[in-house]
Amino acid sequence: MTPARRAARNGAVDVVVIGAGHSGLAMSAFLSQHGVDHVVLERGQVANSWRRERWDSLRLLTPNWLSRLPGHRYDGDDPHGFMSLPEVIAFIDDYARVIAAPVHTGVTVLSVTDEKDGYRVCTDSRDWRCRCVVLANGAFGLANIPGTAAALPSSVRSLSPAEYRRPQDLEEGGVLVVGASATGVQLADEIQRSGRQVTLAVGEHIRLPRNYRGRDIQGWLESLGVLDQRIDEVDDVVRVRRVPSPQLVGSPEHATLDLNALTERGVEIVGRLAAVRDGRALFSGSLRSHCAMADLKQQRLLASIDRWIEDHPYRVDLRDAATVMPTWVPDQPRLALDFGRERVRTVLWATGFRPDYSWLHLPVLDAKGQLQHEGGIVSAPGVYALGLNFMRRRKSSFMHGAEDDVRELGYELLAHLDALHQCEDPPQTQAVGAAM
Amino acid sequence: MLQNATQVKQVNNGVNVGALLDARQALTAAPEAARFKWRATTQWINGTHSRSTVSGFYGLGTEQSRKVEFKFDADHPEIFASEDHGATPVEFVLVGLASCLAAGVAAVAQHRKIQLRKVSATVEAGMNVQGILGIDADVRNGFDGIKVIFDIDADATKEEIAALVAQSQKRSAVFDIVTNPTDVAVEVR
Repeated sequence: MTPARRAARNGAVDVVVIGAGHSGLAMSAFLSQHGVDHVVLERGQVANSWRRERWDSLRLLTPNWLSRLPGHRYDGDDPHGFMSLPEVIAFIDDYARVIAAPVHTGVTVLSVTDEKDGYRVCTDSRDWRCRCVVLANGAFGLANIPGTAAALPSSVRSLSPAEYRRPQDLEEGGVLVVGASATGVQLADEIQRSGRQVTLAVGEHIRLPRNYRGRDIQGWLESLGVLDQRIDEVDDVVRVRRVPSPQLVGSPEHATLDLNALTERGVEIVGRLAAVRDGRALFSGSLRSHCAMADLKQQRLLASIDRWIEDHPYRVDLRDAATVMPTWVPDQPRLALDFGRERVRTVLWATGFRPDYSWLHLPVLDAKGQLQHEGGIVSAPGVYALGLNFMRRRKSSFMHGAEDDVRELGYELLAHLDALHQCEDPPQTQAVGAAM
Repeated sequence: MLQNATQVKQVNNGVNVGALLDARQALTAAPEAARFKWRATTQWINGTHSRSTVSGFYGLGTEQSRKVEFKFDADHPEIFASEDHGATPVEFVLVGLASCLAAGVAAVAQHRKIQLRKVSATVEAGMNVQGILGIDADVRNGFDGIKVIFDIDADATKEEIAALVAQSQKRSAVFDIVTNPTDVAVEVR
């Protein structure tokens, strides 16, 4: 038995990785490569939230050729397609197997607390002592449901996208979808197609075409370096981390799913949900403003793609107009919806998620409960985060974003372990190369 | 913020962006100081005529005073059988919205290094007075819509000007007040 395995039996490891999603597994692969003894604790099964907290029709927003993990790529026959939910689960499952990740499934972390030279991770089965903790529990643990939801009439069922599975599970009658990010537009679309009238409350949003000048938008974003953009290259990282996910769907038809497509299908677009009061939802009068802003930002992005094309040997005739229609907004957008009179029985809150750190008993959360970190390096020594929105670069929350983040944070972690070992045992320890 | 030496150009819209950015930083660190209270006092004079005074306010953790007191007469036009001593209250709302957006355009332009030469905004709001006259209970008292039209001359492309106007809405207090519900408590002392 190796010393590391013996240590693991005693409940002591160098690193505890919390979460066996794609990020936690990518970190596990890195740690194994560097001979660091560690465990990956997973409350359910590998890729758990994909199995239990996503709707049936979900597909990735990135094409298959881009959906990769360190040393693990899509090898099917549809590189431009988008993985379905079962395919994502199989892809992550395969990865866990290939890297032989030391995953302990069915283990729920109850708390992480400070301990001499490291941390104690208490779970519902046993406790672990470790020097480093990797928070790979995902950015989507808790749904951001606004307080005004409490004022909904009792006849209305309130649902987060993590609870929603398929339109047929909803009651007959109208559905109010709140939020027009990728999730909101996708759910509005499939629920409207099921014959239920959807009203979509639209606040700030990011509009993107699926294809532009014959190529997938994610391909353009990668060419432009947008996905690799780092936090030190943007002027306000707090703001960009709050930007909602773009209105995209990964469908076999490669269709664009913007507000115009939804309006055409019969979805009614209204302003941001401002409040629920006296059995009515009240919508902001800012719909036109938000749509104009999204149109402008889209135009700006498409213009920068055109400039990129001019500078590169890419065969596209820029004289061919690639017109994008402005977002159609009703002359008098509706400002209120009466749940009873209009028989709206369901509200779906596509209002975003935040990570759940309720078990993280370390002084690393700010007054708003947000993790304090610099590019994933948490303010407690030896604690690292993964997979958060724009954590180190724009792609940090995407599957293919794990590669760079894990490598950089992995070396940070090795340097931290190395420093601890040197303190304990100066003569023998050999430095492990740290790079950043 | 870095500024490329080759593109230094003198832009002056009369907005001290440096001070605003400093304030943003200071108020991030001291959230209590960011809590302001704005006030107006109104004296009824006669009929629909009233005079409002605006002077002190609370902010940065303390009472703030101004060198001057601003006075505003409000009334109704003669076709409402009033004496027209001032703008109607609803017109004050339009003044608030347009001046807030215009100030925002100037601040954003300064930040984006865009020289403004002319900014004018005309605001029009529709209202069915059957609401306030109690003729039709289904007609609301307030506006049924507001339209703001900007006319801007600046050293910028059409798209950049559109982006200025969009950003000014995003950061406008009055735009938010007008487009979203606000809880109002009215009491009698």
